[in-house]
Amino acid sequence: MKPRIYIPGDSGALALGAEKVAKAIAAELAERGIEAKIVRNGSRGAYFLEPMVEVETESGRVAYGPVKSSDVKSLIDSGLLTGGSHRLSLGDPEAIPFIARQTRLTFARCGIIDPLSLEAYEHHGGLAGLRKAVAMTPADVVAQVTESGLRGRGGAGFPTGIKWKTVLDTNADRKYIVCNADEGDSGTFADRMIMEGDPFVLIEGMTIAGIATGATKGFIYIRSEYPHAVAVMRKAVEIARKAGVLGIHVLGSPNTFDMEVRVGAGAYVCGEETALLDSLEGKRGMVRAKPPLPAHKGLFGKPTVINNVISLASVPIIMDKGAAHYKDFGMGRSRGTIPLQIAGNIRYGGLFETAFGLTLGEIIDDIGGGSATGRPVKAVQVGGPLGAYFPRDLFDTPFDYEAFAAKDGLIGHAGIVVFDDSADMLKMARFAMEFCAVESCGKCTPCRIGSTRGVETLDRLSAGIEPQKQVALITDLCNTMKFGSLCALGGFTPYPVMSALTHFPEDFKPAPVAEAAE
Amino acid sequence: MALQPASTEIAAQAASIIDGMKDLEGPLLPILHGIQEEFGFVPQEVLPVIASKLNLSRAEVYGVVSFYHDYRKHPTGRHVLKLCQAESCQSMGSDAVAARLKQALGIDFHQTTTDGAVTLEPVYCLGLCACSPAALLDGEVIGRIDAEKVDEIIAEVRS
Ligand SMILES: Cc1cc2nc3c(=O)[nH]c(=O)nc-3n(C[C@H](O)[C@H](O)[C@H](O)COP(=O)(O)O)c2cc1C
Ligand code: SF4
Repeated sequence: MKPRIYIPGDSGALALGAEKVAKAIAAELAERGIEAKIVRNGSRGAYFLEPMVEVETESGRVAYGPVKSSDVKSLIDSGLLTGGSHRLSLGDPEAIPFIARQTRLTFARCGIIDPLSLEAYEHHGGLAGLRKAVAMTPADVVAQVTESGLRGRGGAGFPTGIKWKTVLDTNADRKYIVCNADEGDSGTFADRMIMEGDPFVLIEGMTIAGIATGATKGFIYIRSEYPHAVAVMRKAVEIARKAGVLGIHVLGSPNTFDMEVRVGAGAYVCGEETALLDSLEGKRGMVRAKPPLPAHKGLFGKPTVINNVISLASVPIIMDKGAAHYKDFGMGRSRGTIPLQIAGNIRYGGLFETAFGLTLGEIIDDIGGGSATGRPVKAVQVGGPLGAYFPRDLFDTPFDYEAFAAKDGLIGHAGIVVFDDSADMLKMARFAMEFCAVESCGKCTPCRIGSTRGVETLDRLSAGIEPQKQVALITDLCNTMKFGSLCALGGFTPYPVMSALTHFPEDFKPAPVAEAAE
Repeated sequence: MALQPASTEIAAQAASIIDGMKDLEGPLLPILHGIQEEFGFVPQEVLPVIASKLNLSRAEVYGVVSFYHDYRKHPTGRHVLKLCQAESCQSMGSDAVAARLKQALGIDFHQTTTDGAVTLEPVYCLGLCACSPAALLDGEVIGRIDAEKVDEIIAEVRS
């Protein structure tokens, strides 16, 4: 067999030069007349090592990274194809501490296989969950997902099985499964990585959701900022259809399920589930009032399951290995694993899938290695633009839905953005208000107008105009937004604003006024 | 960028794009994406064509086009450079990268250089947050942008 070389085609790796490396390796091999198969895999998520090249040797995989195209000649001289040693040698990729310390359930294959090889997918355990599901009653599939304790990974943490049960129990001539791949939160890329690195797991999860609820049609709504993910998903859907994984008879069973990939158009609010449904229907992405729930009246008025990519992609392993296997990981009411996305000003940034329960400090200091700039970490925003800023004092908070809520924060989609001590928290608070003003769907006054007033108030504060009055005003405004908004865009923007104000009061004092910190 | 075709030609081209997609469930966004892919922006002339083919009012179509940040009213430069300005990239100095690029190109966000070389746009997250600051240049991803990469970007868009 020809030797195999794995070079990620994941867009994070591409952003760091993987394409140039792939070209250089192909050219160098051709020049030397060496035969080898280049596989473009996804990323394992250790972005500080990307582009990470792996070769399949007799004694397993050997990794090198981060590789630049200028390293390619010397790599091949050192015997790349047989795992020869080189300055960039990382040895067995599974033994790299950042990777070895993870519990990979949802991301078990991501970065390891060719994302578009259904054969490789099956060889690595794919489709086992769907095979079991087609042989079960819908109610039993729903029960197993409920039993696993899986909660929505899109942010709200609602139990997935309960949502599915509502759709199963609602009679209709047509039902839909909608996958929310709008992933708009800064600091998050788990959905993107799965779609680029293991698209069949999402297709399998959605198909199981269809079988469990009686839905026959699925839509994956991917944000337009993810052109690579869109391309991979489209190809994967086609391959799955040709192979009979999708279609009139899913895996030869009496179940019918098919899906389409749709692309968003650059509106953050379309990540909110009802706005997303409006957008799919071809309307402005306006948030709908609930009830009715999408589970009763969703897409085109039909019962609809809407779930995040990671929620759906976690279902196949739950069906394959059983609810207990999944549920055994985690803490409290946060069961299973969560793909942490460690981002921003961080030394070892990337995706780290682990059971719930690590503390923020363990994540930032032990796993992430502190800031990339080497300066002290000042603040960490968890959960995207609507998430709170945590100071070092709160680094003992365990990663768990309830524990974060108890500290006036949220875990959201598990994006963690690190800032060093050069961060200006007043500026970050202003950004949160500005973002809300730009992205508001416009339905509620506190969100639409309040956010603009918020920007103005914070501008007066930085100009030193009656600072105490501005602080009182912003606090009051945040309260109004929190309680007077229909969705979390207006309702949660107060989290980053108030956490910045509460935990970093020194940044909210205009320079000349030297009062003691609270 | 292709030369600007005449209005009637635009309408005819648009009609064929619309016909190819109007039987989709919820066809409006896919159609608008198709139109923008074809023309580089959404020409005003196509709105009535879409409206009549989808049985919508012109105001409804306009309402949708104007709601989404992606749909452009004007043609872009030969290159489109989208710079991420979201929190993760801010934590790694995206403000400075943006300032440097704006100065070098002599334009602000949402503007095109007078020679038509490049349009500069902000974007809020590209999912490259472990490689901040990041950008998208004509669909190609760029991460960990430093002074050297800024110079490379400038050279590329000027070429
Ligand atoms: C403004 C806003 C943006 C959101 N963006 C996303 C998103 O990008 N992806 C996502 O899965 N959920 C997002 N959500 C949450 C969804 O409304 C919804 O809770 C989720 O899709 C449900 O799926 P889950 O139960 O699997 O998490 C957003 C919510 C709000 C209010
Ligand atoms: S809170 Fe804002 S985004 Fe949400 S529904 Fe109201 S206006 Fe729309």
